[in-house]
Amino acid sequence: MSISAAPEPSVSLRRRIKRFMSDQPLVPLLILLALLVIVLQILRPGIVNERWIANTIKFAIPLALLAGCQTMTMLTGGIDLSVGTVATMSAFIMSTQVIDHSPAVAILICMIPAVLIGVANGIGVGIFRVHPLIMTLGTSLIGIGCLQVYQRTVIATGTKVPDFLGWLGTGLSYGIPNALLLFVPAAGLIIFTLSRTGFGRLLYAVGDNEKAARLSGVVYWKVITTLYVISSLLAGIVGLLYVGLIKAPSLSLVEPLVLPSVAAAVIGGTSIFGGRGGYTGTILGALILTVLTTLLTVLQMPEGARRMLFGLIILLVTAAYLRIVEDR
Amino acid sequence: MTTSPLLDATGVAKNYGAVAALRNASLSVLPGEVHALMGANGAGKSTLVKILTGAVSADSGSILIRGQAHEIRSPAQARRAGLVSVYQEPALIPDLDVASNLRLTRTPVEPFRQWVRELGVPDLDLGETARDVPLAIQRVLDLARALAIEPDVLLLDEMTAALPSDLAEKVLDVVRRQAQAGRSVIFISHRFLEIAALCDRATVLRDGETVGVVDIEPGVEERIVELMLGSRMEKARASAADADDGRQSGTTPRIGVRKLRVGAKLQDVSFDLHNGEVLGIVALEGQGQDQLFGALSGSTRPSGGVIEVDGQAVEFAHPTDAVAAGIAYVPGDRADALLMQQSVHHNIALPFSANPRSWGPIDTGRERDIVRSAIERLQIDTRAQGEVQRLSGGNQQKVTIARWIAADARTILCFDPTRGIDVRTKKEIYQLLRQLAEQGKSILFYTSELEEVQLVCDRVVVIFGGKVVDIMPAGIASEAVLTRASYGLPRDAKPASDTSAVNASDKLGPS
Repeated sequence: MSISAAPEPSVSLRRRIKRFMSDQPLVPLLILLALLVIVLQILRPGIVNERWIANTIKFAIPLALLAGCQTMTMLTGGIDLSVGTVATMSAFIMSTQVIDHSPAVAILICMIPAVLIGVANGIGVGIFRVHPLIMTLGTSLIGIGCLQVYQRTVIATGTKVPDFLGWLGTGLSYGIPNALLLFVPAAGLIIFTLSRTGFGRLLYAVGDNEKAARLSGVVYWKVITTLYVISSLLAGIVGLLYVGLIKAPSLSLVEPLVLPSVAAAVIGGTSIFGGRGGYTGTILGALILTVLTTLLTVLQMPEGARRMLFGLIILLVTAAYLRIVEDR
Repeated sequence: MTTSPLLDATGVAKNYGAVAALRNASLSVLPGEVHALMGANGAGKSTLVKILTGAVSADSGSILIRGQAHEIRSPAQARRAGLVSVYQEPALIPDLDVASNLRLTRTPVEPFRQWVRELGVPDLDLGETARDVPLAIQRVLDLARALAIEPDVLLLDEMTAALPSDLAEKVLDVVRRQAQAGRSVIFISHRFLEIAALCDRATVLRDGETVGVVDIEPGVEERIVELMLGSRMEKARASAADADDGRQSGTTPRIGVRKLRVGAKLQDVSFDLHNGEVLGIVALEGQGQDQLFGALSGSTRPSGGVIEVDGQAVEFAHPTDAVAAGIAYVPGDRADALLMQQSVHHNIALPFSANPRSWGPIDTGRERDIVRSAIERLQIDTRAQGEVQRLSGGNQQKVTIARWIAADARTILCFDPTRGIDVRTKKEIYQLLRQLAEQGKSILFYTSELEEVQLVCDRVVVIFGGKVVDIMPAGIASEAVLTRASYGLPRDAKPASDTSAVNASDKLGPS
């Protein structure tokens, strides 16, 4: 048992850095982010300016919010691969319904599939004990199928993105992205939930040791069902934000963000085995991924090579980060 | 004795780290004999079995089979040397069918079929998946598989424990005939009745040493118990005046257990747990105590009988129901109770947020106060607060109890809470349990260390073969009395010819 008191003077510098990193797991992430920005600035002098920062934040926000779904589900040892479908559905349904209804009604309607998929995920994982990977993949495919059927019925209607969503998604006020109006309260709420509410505690507890949680009176399926509904609702909101940013609803709108959202949570230090992690790291993970994408675009590589490099860097960063942070 | 032993193990020793599991064990089995291996919990029985069958290797000592020295380093080597064992748990691979299981161990099929029939299972389908075969039949298949390869020495570990009486009879019959055919059987059992009916001699282990080899004859039970206890045998017994079972008989018990049955293991258990009482549970391994605690904590559904809380019959569908009734369970394995990656604080506060009504914001100030007072009360070493997995075993165990003190549970079910922790922490836990009882809480306390009963408990319930065999005040529950009771023998030493002794053990046979 390593119940060590204050570090002795003989402890090497390396060891002390390691201990520091393991106590402050966010520091290596901040360093990595700063390094990426510096490299970018060296490669393209002058690229890092106010506008670039605002743009990066704008694109990092939907990713960070989706990664919030992954963070919360991963804390329980799960994952939510249906977030892409849910977000796409809510975006597409809203932008078609808004033609006949007021935006508020359209938004209410588009949240129905999100809730349904969340409930299905929660029941499947929590009661029938389907592996979350399979369960959410299954509902995701079903959801996309339904959306294709739905598209036929509204093919003549056309689509529209309400102005306020465009304003929220792409607009800047005094050089600051408006999306932060949504992101800051949402992120604050997630961080508060995870650290200061009973529900948040249970996410860690269930992911750490389900049996112990059970013996303490925790009813697994209630926690899991609530969790997946929250995750789906958040994904639905991301869909609305994202369609405001891209302004072209399609049947695969948010799908490309799903795997990066998992990567952002993992890079941010959330364990896919549950019980360990937090949302602050995930936000940094999303920023790192966004900057990395810019960096690879700037390098002007062929698409294939860029993707290979992207995957490789994610693997290396995650492996290195785990080595730095784990103090064993 | 002129015949040379078939199996002769001498001076066998095994250390696990600093703990000596076996110091100087010997076991000598003659051809054509059924030999019982006996010893109380922790005497080293299972270690010796593991060494003989090659599951672990001994640090020193020699094992001769038919006079030849053998190094047994793996179960396969043990098998080649002619020693085959049937373990306590079914050994068939559950997802394979019976035929594939046989192929896996290169068991000849025809002799296997014959043995299965002989053991009283006429209609076995070899194509059936092992998982679908009832547990009792699986044990029979395990035995048939061992018999089919015609071993010189057959080792049976609690073979009859899970069997209904007709199958058990058949098994005993077959074992007897094995011996008549000149082979040897090592028979491990907690049931004196079976041992008396089957075995020729018994080797008794205590604290990792062989302390005696006795011939099985009428009245030998007392001699065996004496050997198992050694110097702990207390001649002087407390006076009968202490034997007052009717404590608080006028008040409603906190928990009343009435004819409780759980599965096949727990058959008929009734007792009361009163407010302000520490009630001990004593049983040899596998007598149904796990199921009893499972049922009381809401983890396992009872198959019969009633559990009453404060006089009201209750049905627990989930541990959350038991927790709501103020009943907390501290499992024997700390890994089942702790969130290893979370802080001491979060571990103790876990029950607070279990109920959906308390899923909202946490009153951190209040929570900190409650948790801190629980930490102080149990004197948990908080230098490694960050993650519970960095705490010592004793401190981890304290956390599991502190949680329920913080949650103010009225009843705590402790399953062997002092196993594997240091002496000082043990003493602290004894004191704590006494204090809790003085505050009017009630505690059910299963222990595998019999001397703890008199240190902690007010009364003690002894369970054997899934039934309560004795309830006595702690005052007379010396280790000797408890050992005797936990083997199903009557409370006081009497000549075994006495009819009451026979009756008492009669009742306890497989039913």
